[in-house]
Amino acid sequence: MMSVSNARTQPRGVAIRALLASGLAVGIAGCSASPDTNNRTSAAEHAGPGGGFKLVDTKGQTVTDQTLKGKPYAIFFGFTRCPDVCPTTMARMALLHKKLGTQAGKMNVVFVSVDPEHDKREDIASFLSMFDAPVIGLTGDPAELKRMEKSFKIYVERVPLPNGDYTIDHTARILLFDRDGQFADTMDAKEPEDQAVRRLSRLINA
Amino acid sequence: MTPRIALALIAALASPLSAQIARKGSITAADPWSRATSPRANIGAGYVTVRNTSTQPDQLVSATSPRAAKVEIHTMSLDDSIMRMRPLPNGLEIPAGGEASLAPGGNHIMLIGLKSPLKAGERIPATLRFARAGDVRIAFKVVGAGSTVAGVRQGGRQ
Ligand SMILES: [Cu+2]
Repeated sequence: MMSVSNARTQPRGVAIRALLASGLAVGIAGCSASPDTNNRTSAAEHAGPGGGFKLVDTKGQTVTDQTLKGKPYAIFFGFTRCPDVCPTTMARMALLHKKLGTQAGKMNVVFVSVDPEHDKREDIASFLSMFDAPVIGLTGDPAELKRMEKSFKIYVERVPLPNGDYTIDHTARILLFDRDGQFADTMDAKEPEDQAVRRLSRLINA
Repeated sequence: MTPRIALALIAALASPLSAQIARKGSITAADPWSRATSPRANIGAGYVTVRNTSTQPDQLVSATSPRAAKVEIHTMSLDDSIMRMRPLPNGLEIPAGGEASLAPGGNHIMLIGLKSPLKAGERIPATLRFARAGDVRIAFKVVGAGSTVAGVRQGGRQ
């Protein structure tokens, strides 16, 4: 059982990353992994990202996985002081949302802050106000956020900087969920716009 | 389309970013730009393309701006979709006869402790300090936060 004790002494971030990697590998390869005592995956790991959560939006209203049911949604985890990837991704989501035209209202765009230490509801509202699309901005109890990050297979690590501040390493991938709250797909920034819009449109009309 | 309208269109498309080049010795800094920040944000990122015509490498060692309490040179990586940002304590090398691009998704100038949010249409003065060439003064042109990278390359959207 050496490997188990080694795994326990790994820094948390490494463990989460390994979980993320295994989750994605399973997503691509299906459940074909051979039984291996050192690498036994639980049913939870076999499942795609997603699951129940209970957070609050920028107006203080409770939002859960149940609230979002009925419409597909694109969800992105970031933080408002992220200078680059987060605004770039949200700008892109806003653009794709706009390009959906009359279908735009048939899906939701969700932003979850992974920085509860800094991002209050007002910060998230202020951040989202810069983008030309209705986005549901969520925050909540730090423990609940952690739980959600884990079940959505989002890597998050707070990294102190030499200047006394901190930054947050995080998964910068958009996850797509169908109207039943089932994980459908991921999106990255490199995908051509038209292709991304077609994919969103398929999700809406599925 | 009349030639006059065609010319006006070309000028409009080519305008805001291609216009700005700062030069000092062997170093040129072209098209500095930044994204508007949210009303409550106190940090922002600046982008610029630096070319070095010298046969010696140069080093962007530090930067300052009257708009920010502190300016740092940062790098960002996207590895397996995980975004990581780190300061570059020794700055950034500009290879001899080459260039270093500070652009979204990679190296950038980090404006920390903004005295006020960056607004689209503004120009934010900054000084880049090079080990050999010395100080190069630039001004980041601020474009809308919702500008996509492709949009910025085409001239920005306010
Ligand atoms: Cu930075």
